[in-house]
Amino acid sequence: MSVPTAASLTPKFSPSGKLRIGLVQFPGSNCDQDCFDVMARHFGVKVAPVWHTQTELPALDAVILPGGFSYGDYLRSGALAAHSPIMIAVKAFVAKGGAVLGICNGFQILTESHLLPGALLRNSNRQFICEYVHLATASGQSVYHQALAGKISRLPIAHGEGRFYIDVDGLKRLQDQGQIALRYASPTGLTGPEFNPNGAVDQIAGIVSANGRVLGLMPHPERATDTLLGGSTDGLAVLEAFLSSFT
Amino acid sequence: MQMTPPVINTLPRPAAIDETPGPAFDQLQKKHKLTTTEYARVKDILGRVPTLAELGVFSAMWSEHCSYKSSRVHLKRLPTEGPAVVVGPGENAGVVRVSGKLCLAFKMESHNHPSYIEPYQGAATGVGGILRDVFCMGARPIANLNALRFGLRSHERTPFLVEHVVKGIGDYGNCIGVPTVGGNISFDESYNGNCLVNAMTVGVIHEDHIFKGYATGQGNIVVYLGSATGRDGIHGASMASGSFASQDANSRSTVQVGDPFTEKLLLEATLDVLDKGLVIGLQDMGAAGLTSSAFEMAGRAGNGLYLDLDQVPVRTTAMSAYELLLSESQERMLMVVEPAKWPELQRVLAKWQLACTVIGVVTDTGRVQIHHQGHLEVDVPVDPMTELAPKYERLMRARPAPSISGPSFNQSAIGAIQAHGPAALLLDLLQDTGDKLPLYRQYDRHIGTKTVHASESQGAAVLWLRSEWADPGEPYLGVVATATCNERYNRLDATLGAAHAVLKSARMIAASGGHPLAATDCLNYGNPEDPEVMDDFSRGVDGISLACRELDVPVVSGNVSLYNETDGQSIAPTPMIGMVGKVKDVRLCPLAAPTGPVELFLLHGVKFSPEFGGSLAAKALGLPLRAGRAPQVDWAQERESMAFLRALSGAGHLAVARDVGDGGVLVCAAKMAIVHGHGLALDLGELAGTDGLSGYFGEVSGSYLVAFHSGSTAAALNAANDLHYCALTRVGAVTGSDEVQWGQWSLPLAAARHAFSSSLPLS
Repeated sequence: MSVPTAASLTPKFSPSGKLRIGLVQFPGSNCDQDCFDVMARHFGVKVAPVWHTQTELPALDAVILPGGFSYGDYLRSGALAAHSPIMIAVKAFVAKGGAVLGICNGFQILTESHLLPGALLRNSNRQFICEYVHLATASGQSVYHQALAGKISRLPIAHGEGRFYIDVDGLKRLQDQGQIALRYASPTGLTGPEFNPNGAVDQIAGIVSANGRVLGLMPHPERATDTLLGGSTDGLAVLEAFLSSFT
Repeated sequence: MQMTPPVINTLPRPAAIDETPGPAFDQLQKKHKLTTTEYARVKDILGRVPTLAELGVFSAMWSEHCSYKSSRVHLKRLPTEGPAVVVGPGENAGVVRVSGKLCLAFKMESHNHPSYIEPYQGAATGVGGILRDVFCMGARPIANLNALRFGLRSHERTPFLVEHVVKGIGDYGNCIGVPTVGGNISFDESYNGNCLVNAMTVGVIHEDHIFKGYATGQGNIVVYLGSATGRDGIHGASMASGSFASQDANSRSTVQVGDPFTEKLLLEATLDVLDKGLVIGLQDMGAAGLTSSAFEMAGRAGNGLYLDLDQVPVRTTAMSAYELLLSESQERMLMVVEPAKWPELQRVLAKWQLACTVIGVVTDTGRVQIHHQGHLEVDVPVDPMTELAPKYERLMRARPAPSISGPSFNQSAIGAIQAHGPAALLLDLLQDTGDKLPLYRQYDRHIGTKTVHASESQGAAVLWLRSEWADPGEPYLGVVATATCNERYNRLDATLGAAHAVLKSARMIAASGGHPLAATDCLNYGNPEDPEVMDDFSRGVDGISLACRELDVPVVSGNVSLYNETDGQSIAPTPMIGMVGKVKDVRLCPLAAPTGPVELFLLHGVKFSPEFGGSLAAKALGLPLRAGRAPQVDWAQERESMAFLRALSGAGHLAVARDVGDGGVLVCAAKMAIVHGHGLALDLGELAGTDGLSGYFGEVSGSYLVAFHSGSTAAALNAANDLHYCALTRVGAVTGSDEVQWGQWSLPLAAARHAFSSSLPLS
């Protein structure tokens, strides 16, 4: 199957030329404000909040599903959010080729909604883990692969259920179609179980949809945009790639 | 929405309690922890025998936890005023101004007893409770800290408690989305049967939008918001006001169960309704639940309240008035609302899917009157209940002075170090104070994107406050926060030890280039009915007062936790101090550990006299705990060194600064070096003392290890020439070698790193 590149898709700027990005707020979302702040401060983009009970998305070019504990995540992380009214609209948006960025709980919601394959299970050490990790960009054709090619990104993770799992066939499909976006790695880009914080299959930290327009990742790019806050600005490149995925 | 109280006179009262003298009444009185005198006063206030619900109300309101009956007479000695103070003690949290209209609301609170019984829920609900205290004032929480004290690592219950307390703190803070950025943990035998879990929250608030819990306006409705009420936590306040017998570790039913998701909704809903001006008064239902929030709100406003318990949302059936009033179910708020705003309030709260119900009305009776199923269960005058609350000037008796004097204890410590071997001792100390990352990594420290330095940076927590309320001239404004106390110094000297807790906090803030603004205290002591414990407490208040006056840091909020004893064994006095400070430019904040090799300087008092009393070395060597003396303090020197660090930092000279604390100069320097895998070469020269060991392992006040940015050393040394009470001495370097070397001794770096990194886990 051919992966459409960004250029082959119709730009979806609003008539005013401003980017129209929506962020879905679920009860229990807690990285929403960080996303608003980062997009405004670094990219001058005012992201519009979309409440989970809405049944339709406003006219948008892209959607962010933020981190947090949607509905408390008392079932499986993201499982309840996947059945919220707004996700019907998000699924329709994705079906039309819409761009979505799912961060942490957002990634969990994407897999629970079957917008991305696989599942995110309890970390192998059975503990919540908050730390900086290094990520190697995998090979593939998506905007994210192109933008981050050859780059080792240093981003923080903060999750209790971030162990990506997929069956052998599913993994092969991801590998063959270039859908693996980011893998946990050493600071120099070596991948291996010793650099894998949560036991994810094939060291997977983030994947893209077959058309390359939906990215789900466990690390938090929005938390690595200022040298002052943890010393890394590598999140900016991920967010830039997101912005270029629909422009 | 109007709610009219029924004509109270026509309501029948339930039967009064049976006060016939005998075992049944004794049991009832004992269970409610009311003395015979206190019970007599209850009857005086009521003019009759109380109902069971009323007995429960008095028991909770007059518990040590709610009434501060043993501590009030002492607490008034604390300095509470200063130019930055906006709200002092007595409200849900203290508030200080940071910049422009931007203020910080903060407080620390204990959850010791519940955490020992059920560590996961106890710690989690401790975090939940302190968060509510801060956000019910209208502040948005931006940081959590915690100060934890456990029994010895070797004690059978310690690994279990550490694991579950940490998980409880993490799960609650992570879910609600407030970063856990700092604090402190230590292990001491006196906590074997009584761990301490002290949680602190810092929030941001606009100076003109600070909200207080008043039930004003007769005819206004009383609205219940949040989780339904269950039987959990009944009598939590009186449990926290009594001593433990070890079998009480099984009394789980008095521990509340936390739901951080509901708390997150409650947080957003509360800030939303306060922002929209829909609420007159609001109060968290914390200790003693509905009872204390009702009495506190009515008391502050000088009004009465009528409550109908039949309207309270419940999660279980057949709850009695007694249970409804005393339940400490979590994530609940009581609000006072103008009837005209009720429809709009309901509309806003519907968004957050929280239960809200009208359960009462503000009256002019000056009484709290509570109806349940056709009966007037409670009819208590508010002011007498508060004004006549018991207040004790408990008996105090000074402990005997430590049996061994400072100089002779220091001498015996040196002997013990020589016998043990200095290198072996350093390894022990590094393990004791070593890397707590396995614990911190379970806390989300980055959410909120403000965290410049969190616990793993090994100094104070630093957050970058980007706020439109701040002075626009301070775009890199930061807050520094700490929570700490050295229990070993307090065991040795309850006055000086408490002063050291304040000093340590202020020094950590100074080492971040910050200026302390205000403190919160969480006073953890043993049984106040023991005259020696009460004397410790009184001295602790004196020590805090002294240090806060000397350093000009007012105490704006706090909490007292007494009866921290199990089987007659009291904990070491532990006056935990939380402090917040201001940093004008977080870009200039020095690190607590250098990222590469640097020259190290010691900023110290001209008079440098290390002590071994209460030192980490003494603990590791198994020396007596009440012997020798704690580090002595020269206030002028402390102030000068703090001002010097701020000046160096503000001028952009200071790359690294760390206050010398537990374990002395050597442990401090070794940790600075090995945390990033570097070696150390330390030579204190004459400061080492004639024995060549005191300066390395002894403990001192007012000292810091510092390093300068390249090109700044000359300027710093030059500036140091003007110091009166301090000196700046070159003492070595963090090196690229694979050795930790000091004086005539050394260790392979790998051994030091191994000790440092094997501090946790415990099991």
